[in-house]
Amino acid sequence: MTVASSPPSRLPLRSAEGAQTEPQTHRARAREGQGDGPLAALFIAPAMLGFLVFLLWPTLRGIYLSFTRFNLLTPPQWVGLDNYIRMVNDPIFWDSLKVTVEYVFINIGVQTISALAIAVLLQRLTQSAVLRGIVLTPYLMSNVVAGIVWLWMLDTQLGIGNEILQGFGLDRIPFLADESWAIPTIALINVWRHVGYTALLLFAGLQAIPNDMYEAAKVDGASEWRMFWRITMPLLRPVLAVVLIMTVIGSFQVFDTVAVTTAGGPANATNVLQYYIYGSAFGRFQFGYASAMSVALLVVLSAITFVQYRLTRAGHTDLG
Amino acid sequence: MSAVTTTTHVRPIRRRPSLGRAAAWTIMAAIVLITLLPFYWILRTAFSSNAALAADPGNPLPVDFTGGGFARALGLQSTKEAIAQGGSGGGLAFWRYLLNSVIVSTLITVCQIFFSSMAAYAFARLRWRGRDKMFGLFLAGLMVPAIFTLLPNFVLIKQLGLVDTLLGIALPTMFMTPFAVFFLRQFFMNVPREVEEAALLDGAGKVRIFFRVLLPMASTPVLTLAVLTYITSWNDYFWPLMVSYSDSSRVLTVALAVFRAQTPQTGTDWSGLMAATLIAALPMLVLFGLFARRIVGSIGFTGIK
Repeated sequence: MTVASSPPSRLPLRSAEGAQTEPQTHRARAREGQGDGPLAALFIAPAMLGFLVFLLWPTLRGIYLSFTRFNLLTPPQWVGLDNYIRMVNDPIFWDSLKVTVEYVFINIGVQTISALAIAVLLQRLTQSAVLRGIVLTPYLMSNVVAGIVWLWMLDTQLGIGNEILQGFGLDRIPFLADESWAIPTIALINVWRHVGYTALLLFAGLQAIPNDMYEAAKVDGASEWRMFWRITMPLLRPVLAVVLIMTVIGSFQVFDTVAVTTAGGPANATNVLQYYIYGSAFGRFQFGYASAMSVALLVVLSAITFVQYRLTRAGHTDLG
Repeated sequence: MSAVTTTTHVRPIRRRPSLGRAAAWTIMAAIVLITLLPFYWILRTAFSSNAALAADPGNPLPVDFTGGGFARALGLQSTKEAIAQGGSGGGLAFWRYLLNSVIVSTLITVCQIFFSSMAAYAFARLRWRGRDKMFGLFLAGLMVPAIFTLLPNFVLIKQLGLVDTLLGIALPTMFMTPFAVFFLRQFFMNVPREVEEAALLDGAGKVRIFFRVLLPMASTPVLTLAVLTYITSWNDYFWPLMVSYSDSSRVLTVALAVFRAQTPQTGTDWSGLMAATLIAALPMLVLFGLFARRIVGSIGFTGIK
């Protein structure tokens, strides 16, 4: 492979030092081949350091800590499966898992369908880069900013959302203060922030579909609706699958929006898993128990990723 | 004959989509409206006074136009003045937080992109033993949710004595993220080998080739990645919340949440809060505005393998 691609670089070398063909080819091969060891080590060292110290080591340590009692002040104390037994018997843990799953379903459901619609509109209706830029702007805000802004806009007394509802003669809704409204509201706030970015990822996937296909279908008299189901969806599937896996993983880690809008309330109605874990670690200094719940979250996420990957055949493409 | 059939065919096809197109444009307009409305509402609220906001909540324009919200957010008002206008009067060292955010985000972005691109080059173009196995390990790292490493990383940062420092906030993501390495490797793999070989022929070493040839070629993906990394670190809340305790290391996101929690007796200081929100978000809007053209074009490229 290297030989075939590099005749120009070898010819002059040979002609210049005809007598030393043997060592020269060795060196040439070494240059392109096995001889980069020390240089590679140098280049990879900083990233490797970061990987080992701040990713691999904490992962292993997190698993270890989940088997200990640890309050940060005294050294961790091995307690075997105690944290896990406690977790299984902890109704708040199960509640927060339920709340998190509910959040993920609403968040991912609405976000994926909206993002898909936006991506298709951006592809089939207009190729405007300005619109793509606009759609992305909420992503530039932090979750904290998005949370605060919507908290204000959806305020029961003064929020514009409720002013509009009242304008239509409807009752005011305490969006973030009501047990049944809080989770859907937070899920939709996060859709607002992330849908544009997700749409652009899907849009990039759509760009890979040859335009000829749409042209050909059009000649055959296919409607946009039909083209969407017969061309867009099947060919976008691998991209959609990867995006779905990424967004589901992200969605399970919801924390910021909850922290600034409801702080887990009312009555634990928005006590998502990540918020509960944070409270256990930094509120009650139960780092061991918090780690055990993190491990549980990791296991859940791995399982979901695996199942999704299998179901959606994420690694395979139907495109040519 | 063919001419006739095409004209009769084209007409119904053209007319039907035009109705559909109107509907599609309406949906697009609604999407743009929902996307941008909160930005307008931040602006409208920030320039209103708290008293007027309570009296006239539905007015689409700023009510009782004032810059008081900004003055409170930036800590320019005296405590007495602030409380009189519906603020909490609690101190807010805004410039300090702004500076902290800039330092942390810059430190993370510059170091992470630099080190990640070096590693990406080594994975893409250098030949060494165990390369593919090592890369597989990095890829596995991509699967570990960030959240999982936060608690143990906090314990580590505490042991290093870096709690409540800016370095402590930056350190875990300063060296690499698996995604950055993965993304840049993908780019370097696609650079034609001839480019490198031509430079090799000119007697350039591999280090020189990397810095003088490949890195400049990668300016667009590097820029995209850098802007996204900057935005991500600027917007991060959970990790800085864990690590920082005092003003000395408090970044904007954490400060905003603190501001939000300091509810004055008269009710939330929405005007001041929206002004603070605007100031916190503005740098990212400007940053994006500067590079939007290049970023929007290559963003899909970042997300997908």
